[in-house]
Amino acid sequence: MTPMERVLTTLSHKEPDRVPLFLLLSMHGAKELGMSIKDYFSKAENVVEGQIRLQKKYSNDCFNPFFYAPIEVEAFGADVIFSEDGPPNSGMPFIRNINDIVNVEAPRINDAKVLHKVLKSIELLKEKSQGNIPIIGVAVSPFSLPVMQLGFEKYFDIMHFHKELFNHLISVNEGFCVEWSNAQLKAGATAICYFDPVSSPTLIPKELYFETGYQIAKRTISKINGPTATHFASGNCLPIADLLPNTGTAVVGVSTQEDIADLKQAFKNKITVLGNLNGIEMRRWTAAETSNIVRDTIRKAAPGGGFILSDNHGEIPFQVKDDTLHAIVNAVRKYGTYPIIED
Amino acid sequence: MDNTRIISNYLERALLSLDQDTAENIVLDAVKTETPIETAGNLISNTLKRIGDSWENGDIALSQVYTSSIICEKIIDKILPPQSSTRRDQPKTAIAVFEDYHLLGKRIIYSTLRASGIELMDLGGGLTIDKIIKIVKEEKIKILLISVLMLPSALRIKELKKQIANINVKIIVGGAPFRFDEELWREIDADYYGKDSAEALEIVNKLLEEKI
Repeated sequence: MTPMERVLTTLSHKEPDRVPLFLLLSMHGAKELGMSIKDYFSKAENVVEGQIRLQKKYSNDCFNPFFYAPIEVEAFGADVIFSEDGPPNSGMPFIRNINDIVNVEAPRINDAKVLHKVLKSIELLKEKSQGNIPIIGVAVSPFSLPVMQLGFEKYFDIMHFHKELFNHLISVNEGFCVEWSNAQLKAGATAICYFDPVSSPTLIPKELYFETGYQIAKRTISKINGPTATHFASGNCLPIADLLPNTGTAVVGVSTQEDIADLKQAFKNKITVLGNLNGIEMRRWTAAETSNIVRDTIRKAAPGGGFILSDNHGEIPFQVKDDTLHAIVNAVRKYGTYPIIED
Repeated sequence: MDNTRIISNYLERALLSLDQDTAENIVLDAVKTETPIETAGNLISNTLKRIGDSWENGDIALSQVYTSSIICEKIIDKILPPQSSTRRDQPKTAIAVFEDYHLLGKRIIYSTLRASGIELMDLGGGLTIDKIIKIVKEEKIKILLISVLMLPSALRIKELKKQIANINVKIIVGGAPFRFDEELWREIDADYYGKDSAEALEIVNKLLEEKI
């Protein structure tokens, strides 16, 4: 099977030839090309070359032309802080006073040059993949983007006490998220990873999610012209497992802090589960530990399809060594061939 | 169930439902029979600790921990102003976000400690190693809580610790990378790790009792 066939089979809750593996590597491309993370992300061609090398090296089942989370707020005019050894981070939130929310306008994708390099990288990868390797686009959900726009404190403040400001910001972000997602799909992305950590019950109670993030996800995802994978970026999701299928999402990125067997059971034949290797701990896993963890995860979650092995955050830390990544790949080959041998 | 626990349950319920007026009335009732600092150290501290534990158990969300700590901080500032002579005499304590601007965790810990009667300096976010060392020396800080979001920042605390090895300051770390790798705080030579606001409060209280 090609990676695309493998992924499509598991998405239809059937068993492919082996468990699909999404090694969501972004910064490792810079390492492959021997350049700084900042230089690497300055040009689409770098990311394309990095993704091609990483895909070959690890037989990855996707291309991941994800640049960095704050690229969207960069398009709104915010600062991004680059690091030598970590993901580019958002600087001080650009909305300093909540009363300024009424003046916030979304950038148009055509005018937002910083986003064009992402679109170009998707277009170039589309040419290379010839439809055989899924290309994952990324959009931060309208409900989670405000964390980078105004910071958590002010965001919780407007969420609880200034509904009109909350609604205005969400409306701006919804328009942006739909336009940005569809631009990536038009450029050649196979699916959009809808990053929505604020909707996780780790961060807000289910009742509040039902009133906010859930309704926003239903509205937004229905306007995105392709499949979506909702990712909670290490946050839990079991308490809202009954609601997630109604958002229209096809995949859910799950946390290592919830049991993968419980997650698989909760989403069985409804949503494909993506996860849940612990990227932070992965930095110090031995080859034997890696093999055992991958084996156990596969045995619990892979039978019947509807499962993609990945990390639990949506981005593997720069500090994770190549040897560990190779150990993951080897373990998938050893334990992930269908039919899965269960305990 | 004893009366103290019943009152704490009422306060917890009021806080989790964002009922600021009821929460304030419960605290005002408590200070009729004990000093404000006792109320902060007992009723409020215990209630916030239980709320922190509930988050740890997955029973409530972080937004509820945040709003509860903010409400309590506001109430305690009314009955126990920051400059009040009745606040406890304690070693200088501070909290900072190392290398980035994700301030929520710091804000929750800051408010939880202050609402529990512990005074501390808020050093803000985006701090570098050099900046932290300068402040620690100038302000003679004895307990420093450091919050991080990113793994590389967590790893760089080891360098900070190395550079302040000759200064008498205890470093308590917290934040997402430590929650996902519970060995990490030892690897970077931190003195303590607080998994959540409840643990941070417990560690600081212990250090204050030991009069470090």
